[in-house]
Amino acid sequence: MTATLNNLETEHPPRTPFQESWRLLRKNKLALCGLAIFLLFAVTALMGFFLTSGPNPIFNPATIRLEEKLRQPLSLPKVDELHEEDLPRLGIYLFGTDDLGRDVFARMLQGAWVSLTVGFVAVGIAIIIGVFLGGVAGYFGHKRVRVDQIGAIVLLFLGPVLISTGHQFYGILLIAAILGHLKFAKRIYRPLISNPSNWLSLPFKETILVDTVVMRFVDIMLCFPSFFLILTVVALLPASIYNIMIIIGLTSWMGATRFVRAEFLSLRELDFVTAAKALGISDWRIIFRHMLPNAIAPVLVSATIGIASAILTEAGLSFLGFGVPPPHATWGNILSNGKRFIFDAPWLTFIPGFFILIVVLSFNLFGEGLRDILNPKLRERH
Amino acid sequence: MNATEPILKVEGMKKHFPVQRGFFRHVAGWIKAVDGVDFFINHGETLGLVGESGCGKTTVGRLILKLIEPDQGRLLYRGDDISQFSQNDMKPLRKEMQVIFQDPYGSLNPRMTIGQTIEEGLRTIGNIDGNERKERVKELFELVGISPSACGLYPHEFSGGQRQRIGIARALSVEPTLIICDEPVSALDVSIQAQIINLLNELQDKFGISYMFISHDLNVVGYISDRVAVMYLGQIMEYTTAEKIFDNPLHPYTQALLSAIPDPDPDSLKEIHTLSGDVPSPLDPPPGCKFQGRCPLVEDQCKHEEIEMRRISEGHHVRCRKV
Repeated sequence: MTATLNNLETEHPPRTPFQESWRLLRKNKLALCGLAIFLLFAVTALMGFFLTSGPNPIFNPATIRLEEKLRQPLSLPKVDELHEEDLPRLGIYLFGTDDLGRDVFARMLQGAWVSLTVGFVAVGIAIIIGVFLGGVAGYFGHKRVRVDQIGAIVLLFLGPVLISTGHQFYGILLIAAILGHLKFAKRIYRPLISNPSNWLSLPFKETILVDTVVMRFVDIMLCFPSFFLILTVVALLPASIYNIMIIIGLTSWMGATRFVRAEFLSLRELDFVTAAKALGISDWRIIFRHMLPNAIAPVLVSATIGIASAILTEAGLSFLGFGVPPPHATWGNILSNGKRFIFDAPWLTFIPGFFILIVVLSFNLFGEGLRDILNPKLRERH
Repeated sequence: MNATEPILKVEGMKKHFPVQRGFFRHVAGWIKAVDGVDFFINHGETLGLVGESGCGKTTVGRLILKLIEPDQGRLLYRGDDISQFSQNDMKPLRKEMQVIFQDPYGSLNPRMTIGQTIEEGLRTIGNIDGNERKERVKELFELVGISPSACGLYPHEFSGGQRQRIGIARALSVEPTLIICDEPVSALDVSIQAQIINLLNELQDKFGISYMFISHDLNVVGYISDRVAVMYLGQIMEYTTAEKIFDNPLHPYTQALLSAIPDPDPDSLKEIHTLSGDVPSPLDPPPGCKFQGRCPLVEDQCKHEEIEMRRISEGHHVRCRKV
C-alpha cells in the first residue's frame, strides 16, 4: 500500500477533483459536445441580451420594415428602399425576416436570453424546493407531527400573500399568530392534550408522519396537469418573464423531491450515516454534507433535462400567446407567429424549432455525461 | 468517579419492534429483538458478544449508542442512566462512545476523501482549527497503519482491510472511552482479520479503550475478549470469562457453538454436536426456555417455566435449569 502510493506520487502529482472531472469529461465526447453547445448558447444569450437591449440597440429586434416582409434567409436588404438606421447590422438577413419585416436573427438573439434565464431560474427554484422537501421526507420521514402544525404551516403561506396584495397589517398579524401558535401550542392546550379521551385532543397528538405529509403534497401537485396549471396561473397573473420563471419552477419540483427522498431512504440505512450520527454530527450537516452529495447525481441529471423542458414549456406558453408579452421576442413566439406562414416562409418555424431542439438536446447529453463524471467509482484508480 | 465502577452497565434492557400489517398498518405482533439483557463492561476491558444471525447482538450495540431507543431497562454510562436521554442530551456523550461497522464498503462515505471523513469526526470536538485538524488526521492514519499521504483518496481506492482501518481511525478521532465493534472482522479474510484484531489490541493497550466486540465467531471473540456473553434469541444464555467459555462451557448452546469451530488438525477426532432445527422466529418465541426446540437436554419443565439467569460460580452465569 505505502509502496504503491509512493510510486504513484513520483510518477505524477495528484490531481485536484476539478482536473479529474475535466479528464473524465474529455473522454465522453457526446457530453463534451453538449457542454460546448451549451457554453456557445450561454455566451450567445448573454451577448444577445446586451446587443438587443437598451434605447438604441446594436441589433434591433423591433425594427419593422413593411417593404421587406418574409424575406428568405441570407437574402440582402433592398438598400435604396430603407432608412439607413433600419438596415440589418450584418448587412444581410441571416435568418430572413418575419411578416412585419423584423430581422429574425436579432429576434432569435433576444429570445436566447429569455430561454436561458427561464431554464436556469425555473430549474433552480425547482431544485431548491425539491432537495429541501425530499431531504426532509427522506431523513425526518419517520417522525410524526401534529395536525395543528400542518394547518399552521399551510396558513403560514397565506401571510406573504396577504402582505404582497396590500394587506400588510393582517399579513404580519397572521404570521405572528401562527409562529406564536407553533411555539406555545403545547403549553396553551395542555389540559386538552393531557386528557386523551377528549376527542378535541386528537389534532394535538403527534399522529401524522412527516413522510406522509410531504409525499401526499407531492401527489396532489402531480395530479394537476402542470401545463394547464401554469396556463391558469399565467392567465391570472400579469404577463411577465419573471412570473413565468417562478411559476414553471413552482410546478416542476416534484420529480426532484421524489428522487431525493428515494435516495435518502436508502442512504439513511447505510453505515456511514449511522457513523456520522454516532459522532454527534448535526442532522442538517448529515443531510447536506454527507447524504446530499450521494443523492445529487440523479437530481442533477433530471435538472439538466428539466432545464430543457422548462425552455420547452416557456416556448409552448409563448406559442399559445401566454408567454412573455410582445414585442419582446422569445423562441416560442417566433415559432408561434411563424406557423401562419409555414408554407410560404418555413424558416420562421424551422429556425426557432431547430435551435430549441439543439439546445434541449445538448442539455440532455451533458446531463447524461454529468452523471458519469460525478460518480467517483468511475474515476480512474490511483 | 470510582475506578472500579464499570464504564457501562446494562440492566434488563428490552427492545421490541412492532410488525405492522395491512392497509391501516395495525400492529400484528412484536419482534422481541432484545428481551432482557444484563451485562457490564469495565475500563480497558473487552466484552465479547456472540450469537448467530438475528439473535439481537447488533441491536444491543445500537441501543447502547442510543441510535435506537430502548423500550425498557437501564443503561448506565459511568453510573448515569442514559436510557431516557434525548438526542440533545447525548451530544456530549457522543465522543465517549464510538462504533466500528461490519461492512467496510458501506461504512465510509463514497463521496468524501478519507481525510475529510476523519476530519468530520474532529469537527465535532470543536476548538481545533483547520491546520491542527489536518495534523491530527495524519497522526490518526499513522496510528492505524495507513500512509498519511493517502488522505486525498476516496474509499473505493482501498481494500476491505484498509477501509476497516480507516473506520477505526474515524472512531478514534474523538478519543472515545468505549468502542462498539459490530462484527468488525466478519467481512475480512482470515489473515486481515488477525491484523485488525492485533491493531484493536494495540490501541486498547495504548489508550485504555473498552471494547464491546460483537461477532458470530466464537474463536475471534475468545481471542480478543476478557469476558464473553453468548446470546440466543434476544437473551444472554451464558456470561463468563473467555477462559471459562472455552474450558468449561455449561450451556448446551455454548457447547454446540464451540463444537462447530473447525479444527485445523485433520486427524483430530473431535466430536461435532450439530444442532438440529432452526432458530424460532423472534416474532413468536416459545414460552419457557428459548433454546428448548434445539436443546439435547430438554425436559418438560423447560418448555413452560421462564428460565432465570443463575450464578454458577464467581463471574459465571448461565440461563439453564440443567446445569
